[in-house]
Amino acid sequence: MSILVYIETQESEIKKSSLEVASYGRAIADAKGTSLIAVCFGLQDTSLLSQYGVDKVFNISTANDIHFNAERYSNTLVQIATKETADFIIVSSSANGRFLGPITAAKYEATYFSNVIGLPLSYEPVEVKRSCFTNKAFNHSISKNNKIVLSLSSNSFGVYEKPSEAIQTSIEHVESSSTLEVISIEKSTDKVSIADADIVVSGGRGLKGPENWYLIENLASVLGAATACSKPVSDLGWRPHSEHVGQTGKPVASNLYIAVGVSGAIQHLAGINSSKIKVVINNDPEAPFFKAADYGIVGDAFEVIPELTSKLKALKEA
Amino acid sequence: MKILVCISNVPDTTSKINFIDENSAFDNQGITYIINPNDEFGLTRAIWLQQKEGAIITVATVGEASCEAILRKCLAIGADQAIRIDTTPKDGYHVATQLAAYAEKESFDLIITGRESIDYNGGMVGGMLATFLKIPYLANCIHFEKEDETIHLQREIDGGKEILKGNLPLVIGAQKGLVEEKDLIIPNMRGIMQARQKPLDVLAPVEARQSSLIKSYEKPPAKGPVKLVDANNIDQLIDLLQNEANAL
Ligand SMILES: Cc1cc2nc3c(=O)[nH]c(=O)nc-3n(C[C@H](O)[C@H](O)[C@H](O)COP(=O)(O)OP(=O)(O)OC[C@H]3O[C@@H](n4cnc5c(N)ncnc54)[C@H](O)[C@@H]3O)c2cc1C
Ligand SMILES: Nc1ncnc2c1ncn2[C@@H]1O[C@H](COP(=O)(O)O)[C@@H](O)[C@H]1O
Repeated sequence: MSILVYIETQESEIKKSSLEVASYGRAIADAKGTSLIAVCFGLQDTSLLSQYGVDKVFNISTANDIHFNAERYSNTLVQIATKETADFIIVSSSANGRFLGPITAAKYEATYFSNVIGLPLSYEPVEVKRSCFTNKAFNHSISKNNKIVLSLSSNSFGVYEKPSEAIQTSIEHVESSSTLEVISIEKSTDKVSIADADIVVSGGRGLKGPENWYLIENLASVLGAATACSKPVSDLGWRPHSEHVGQTGKPVASNLYIAVGVSGAIQHLAGINSSKIKVVINNDPEAPFFKAADYGIVGDAFEVIPELTSKLKALKEA
Repeated sequence: MKILVCISNVPDTTSKINFIDENSAFDNQGITYIINPNDEFGLTRAIWLQQKEGAIITVATVGEASCEAILRKCLAIGADQAIRIDTTPKDGYHVATQLAAYAEKESFDLIITGRESIDYNGGMVGGMLATFLKIPYLANCIHFEKEDETIHLQREIDGGKEILKGNLPLVIGAQKGLVEEKDLIIPNMRGIMQARQKPLDVLAPVEARQSSLIKSYEKPPAKGPVKLVDANNIDQLIDLLQNEANAL
């Protein structure tokens, strides 16, 4: 028996969502009295994993193949899981994690659960709570199988340190038979992405036009936040599609979500519901967002946001 | 080119989500069903391929007779034929098994699923289907262009996009970006009339197990009232975020 976690790196650093996955894997390993195995690809320095309770690390050399490859990565995960008789394979809710999840589950003949919130509610059988109806509800799902692949919803467990001694193990580079080949990666932003951000600042049609987005960007920059927008804003071409959040866009599960000039339509709220603290700034006191928010200011974004930004800036510099 | 577009029948995005039978089942009352938005982007992309180089588009859904309305809508939008696999979808594994059994016999060049369904949000049927069929899958597909035998593709990733190339056969997980919102096709009268003549076949399901079952549903806890801060008192908002919410 063992618990396996997929550790994702970005520019040779371990992603925060993977540290959460490691912490989560440790908790499951403790509950089941078994060991925690981390699998990573081409990580320069694996020592950090010893601070998060990992017992054994498989760091797979990537040879010339530096890009994520779902075929090769899932084959590798299944190969190690089989050898180590893993009953859980855990991935984050990143784009790559959610890409790997169902493929790995199908190959490992495991049950796949996505969007899992927190620890399993029971282990025999495995029962989890997961979000559905784009965060408008949750379901409690029971596995009919004792092998599980799951993707953990971001920020639903937290990151916890726990020192351990991680043994390093190596395995052969597994070949990919896929006809898909990555040519390059284009970064849309140098800032933090919505999926990885602790804070997200989002703008709606209330900002009147793309020329006013400096308001959102300045506030985001002071907070180290990602920027997001409502659907019409991306459909109008004011902002790239990758910033569209909501039921038909990206889900947001940040610690803080600040919505500026966003009305709070049901489809928008559905996608951002799992954010912990929601703040709305809107000049219409009747805007539906006020019913969903924790804090709100009824006011003009063009006055409130510059003042909020400069005050936060002063605070951060102090 | 033979294209299969997998269609999921989902509650309209404005639906209020409620449960019945002690929270064990979804309450259908008053719910309008639509084509899963991600699937509609995929279907539109398929129609462009059909217009550009000729393709036969089959739409398929695993579901009960009540799903036929959205299949007819797909035919009115421009699909050539529809298949309904006659069983209640139990989970993503069960659906992917049904679709794989059908697709195996038809050898499609391209299979399009949605990135995820907006009801179950599994994000799993496409990846599983591809794996069962032993062909590659590309999740979060935002670009698909065919140039002779080469397929140029893009995948949305966290903080950017990945540029890829590949060959058919392929399974892709469609989402906005593959086509834009304004490109979606609203069926016209002619399309609706033609759709009545197009084949909609009902197939018997294959023997398939489910890997999980839903025990119950719950709704997020009711929210307390918003704390309003005066627009002239921004310091108070900062203080609340810092000291009460612990969010800064
Ligand atoms: C199938 C479907 C799927 C959808 N999916 C999504 C989705 O995923 N995500 C999404 O966001 N939407 C989605 N929508 C659209 C959704 O219904 C709303 O139309 C949209 O969210 C509204 O965007 P908005 O709040 O930016 O614009 P508006 O509704 O126009 O709101 C603008 C707000 O700005 C305020 N405002 C104006 N001026 C100022 C000012 N000076 N200062 C402060 N506030 C100001 C106004 O009071 C208003 O509340 C979907 C719709 C459909 C039909
Ligand atoms: N019952 C179904 N019948 C046909 N296709 C489906 C069905 N359920 C899901 N799909 C397809 O699989 C995609 C992903 O669904 P899911 O795994 O539920 O998020 C959907 O966008 C559809 O393309």
